[in-house]
Amino acid sequence: MIPLSWYLLLSAVLFSLGVIGFLIKRSLITIFMSIELMLNGVNLSFVTFAHQWHAVKGQIFVFFVMIVAAAEAAVGLAIIIAVFRARATLAVDRIDLMKL
Amino acid sequence: MLLARHCDAECSQGLSYNQEGPPKPKWIVSWAFPKPAGRCARHSSVSDEMMHLILFIVFAGLCLAGAINLLLQSHPINSALSLIVVMTSLAVLYLLLGAEFLAAAQVIVYAGAIMVLFTLVVMLLNAGREERTLGSTVARTIGFPAVAAIFSVIAIMILRAGGLGTAGLHQGVTSTEELSRVLFHQLLLPFEVTSILILIAILGAVALARHEDGEKAAGE
Repeated sequence: MIPLSWYLLLSAVLFSLGVIGFLIKRSLITIFMSIELMLNGVNLSFVTFAHQWHAVKGQIFVFFVMIVAAAEAAVGLAIIIAVFRARATLAVDRIDLMKL
Repeated sequence: MLLARHCDAECSQGLSYNQEGPPKPKWIVSWAFPKPAGRCARHSSVSDEMMHLILFIVFAGLCLAGAINLLLQSHPINSALSLIVVMTSLAVLYLLLGAEFLAAAQVIVYAGAIMVLFTLVVMLLNAGREERTLGSTVARTIGFPAVAAIFSVIAIMILRAGGLGTAGLHQGVTSTEELSRVLFHQLLLPFEVTSILILIAILGAVALARHEDGEKAAGE
């Protein structure tokens, strides 16, 4: 039997790797992928706790997170396409018009 | 499950299957007439435990390797492909935790739909290799210590938490019927609200990604 803390540790590692990717990546699309990685890490911990407490609602929450992630991906990638049309680049160093 | 089959030979003598005609081979018996639960638990638990451990180690390793590869690759398409590896191996981990519907949804929605959208955008924009810059100083000075702090706090809390159970191959599989019963009885309103959210997201995506020239041409 595998202790559930291993699954939770894996989800924590995935979340941290997502945050690191968000910080070090310089491409707009890859930063967006890091956000998806963070969402997946959180989903894994939801499923683990649903298994721990024998609660179905935890799994339904993951289902909702998936729906929101799908909507977010659609809108976010449309925004990326719009930004690329306006600036002709995907590097976040060049997209800094809102910087102080 | 496959490893557990060897104990059928010793266990099935004590069980009386209502089979008719000539005696069938052992593997057909064990496939078509599964053992009653708990009868053979003492024999199957060791090999099932081993199987679960192997599956967890293989797919958790794939998951971590994919996530690290996502950070190391400099081309967005390589990052997208390694993210697909992460999501598919997470689906297997969901299956190990007894969430069969979520495993299927993870493959279909995440590894299928969302990642196809990502690769489509990478190819549509012809996104090249990203430039190696030093990154912002804020990210280096505040970001990495903050990530280390968050991870160590979470890890310490997980490791010190008592009362966490264990996961096995044969415990607590949530069927899709059970899940949909809760979803459509108690959580019907949130479900309908998310359908409106999806509708708004579709409209927003179309409105955002539309050509300005096309809009003018349509207006004239």
